[in-house]
Amino acid sequence: MTTSSTTPGAPTSYLADDKGWFGTFGGRFMPEALIAALDELDIAWQKALVDPTFGLEFDALLQNYAGVPSMLYEAHRLSDLTGARILLKREDLNHTGAHKIRNVLGQALLTKRMGKKRVIAETGAGQHGVASATAAAYLGLDCTVYMGEVDTERQALNVARMQLLGAEVIPVTSGSRTLKDAINEALRDWVASVDHTAYLFGTAAGPHPFPSLVLSFVRGIGDEARQQCLDLTGRLPDAIAACVGGGSNAIGLFAAFLDDPEVAIYGYEPGGDGVETGRHAATIHAGDVGVLHGARTYVLQDEDGQTVESHSISAGLDYPGVGPQHAHLSATGRATYLPVTDKAAMEAMALLARTEGIIPAIESAHAIAGVVELAKERPGQTLLVNLSGRGDKDMGTALDYFGLGRAEPVADPQAATPEQQ
Amino acid sequence: MGVSTAFEQAHADDRAALVGYLPAGFPDVDGGIDALRAMVDAGCDVIEVGLPYSDPVMDGPTIQAAAQQALELGVRTTDVLRTVEAVAATGTPTVIMTYWNPVERYGVERFASDLASAGGAGLITPDLTPDFAPEWIAAADAHDLDKIFLVAPSSTEERIAMTTAACRGFVYATAVMGVTGARTTTSDLAGPLVARTRAAAGDLPVGVGLGVSTGDQAAEVASYADGVIVGSAFVRVLLDHAGDRAGGLRALAALTADLADGVRRAR
Repeated sequence: MTTSSTTPGAPTSYLADDKGWFGTFGGRFMPEALIAALDELDIAWQKALVDPTFGLEFDALLQNYAGVPSMLYEAHRLSDLTGARILLKREDLNHTGAHKIRNVLGQALLTKRMGKKRVIAETGAGQHGVASATAAAYLGLDCTVYMGEVDTERQALNVARMQLLGAEVIPVTSGSRTLKDAINEALRDWVASVDHTAYLFGTAAGPHPFPSLVLSFVRGIGDEARQQCLDLTGRLPDAIAACVGGGSNAIGLFAAFLDDPEVAIYGYEPGGDGVETGRHAATIHAGDVGVLHGARTYVLQDEDGQTVESHSISAGLDYPGVGPQHAHLSATGRATYLPVTDKAAMEAMALLARTEGIIPAIESAHAIAGVVELAKERPGQTLLVNLSGRGDKDMGTALDYFGLGRAEPVADPQAATPEQQ
Repeated sequence: MGVSTAFEQAHADDRAALVGYLPAGFPDVDGGIDALRAMVDAGCDVIEVGLPYSDPVMDGPTIQAAAQQALELGVRTTDVLRTVEAVAATGTPTVIMTYWNPVERYGVERFASDLASAGGAGLITPDLTPDFAPEWIAAADAHDLDKIFLVAPSSTEERIAMTTAACRGFVYATAVMGVTGARTTTSDLAGPLVARTRAAAGDLPVGVGLGVSTGDQAAEVASYADGVIVGSAFVRVLLDHAGDRAGGLRALAALTADLADGVRRAR
């Protein structure tokens, strides 16, 4: 890459103002005790953005350590099957298996610059926790990861990875014992440890500057994919797509295309058992405007403003809020957000495995499922999908869902997805 | 009635005011009202009614547990307002302490209107700072309500000045960097924070919260603050008397009396 991955593109109406507002979304609804730390982070980040040394250091780390830029892969068999030309941005091939490594390396480098010795992180699926533990190990920082107790059980392998990397994993037993409660607990740690601890926020949500800061570290996904698509096809894609939980992989892809009005943008939210059942995490599609974890955004909440428990088979998408920039992109009509059910996502996981020999993370499988549907509306068009993570961590879920793992041929995943064949 | 009358009365008595907190709906709505009235009877000068919230990031395990119990029993925002009405009827200034989203969801103007109608004095907003509160400030001013924002040891002089300028009633100084919860020793950050806040606050009273659980601690804080705010210690008493309402109320009254004595013997 010739330019720094942290260099923002030309300002657009889709970016935040200096108080963190994306239109009417975002902002900073936080305890006063944390404002000084957020300001300190904002200033350190603003300085880093314009410091060529930081940009070079970050880019070198991404290239030499994380395996970035990730390739843009043309999925020929999936394209043949669906009738659209499908390109996959292979973030699953990054070190630690997802786009998350970009964000944590950027934030961990900032931590070093601020002279702090300890990082904390929340994690849902464990991908951000593993990435944080990895960056902390690489840069010699102490690391504590908060993870909902429910998630430590469904993602035990990632707990082990974090522990092997030297991180302390604290299971969170409050509230719904999932990602939102892990964020609560990390914030409680931070308010007591802020003088020596940085909070590596795992997604493009939360109080200003996190949504914009995280975007600056993950926007390489879209910047690379845009150029790779031009190199491969000679033009921009007709549509781009990504899964949206908190929304960091999606905003990382979308950012480079926001000012290309000819490129349609789709975000696929976790539809769980189906939005109509109430057991889902499709925050933009089915939530209401509110304030959660420091930002005004769409929130799954009851009529008193209490956060409602979300549901998704994918721990990494199981969050009742969403990054405020996505709320803004939805409200302005620049991007379209649609729900994908657990079932559709699992079928897409099997489909991609069988057609391309790629096992996606269940998170990313939501985007694959969405694009399989999108191809019906857009035959022959070029659809660029962020394959944000790999599915190794999800084999336990897949094993249960498809009845895999026994040596005797009692169950065939294809039998579970006859309509795909 | 605003809280300033309570602080003025305490000042006239040459003592600090005792501010007591319990979440509404804990142990249930009526039990919570009884508990808060017991605290009034035993010497609280100002009452804070907590609005239980699903994601209380500033609260430690004690208040989390009480809020969760209240929510599991189905407490509603309207129950919180009913609690305020019942406590304010005693003549003791009563404010709500709430995270921001429930107010936004209820409707900021509607919330201010209904709080004023219930006789409430105002609002303490632990996750809403004045620079993000224009809608609340306008609604509070329209309904003659107190606006109590927080300052922290990490606050800059500029932010303390901005915050105290936006407050009415008192300014809430969080004495420790950390979540709510009783502590065996009070923070050495509190004194300097109060001094910095007082320098900016003019006549605005400064209340100190987080960690106080005994009369001796209350006396220590009362030696330099205008108000001593106690929350987790009251909640702990009720948690420790689960299933024994009468015993809980007696213990609550005893703790209140100890704290009320503390704020009177400091000077």
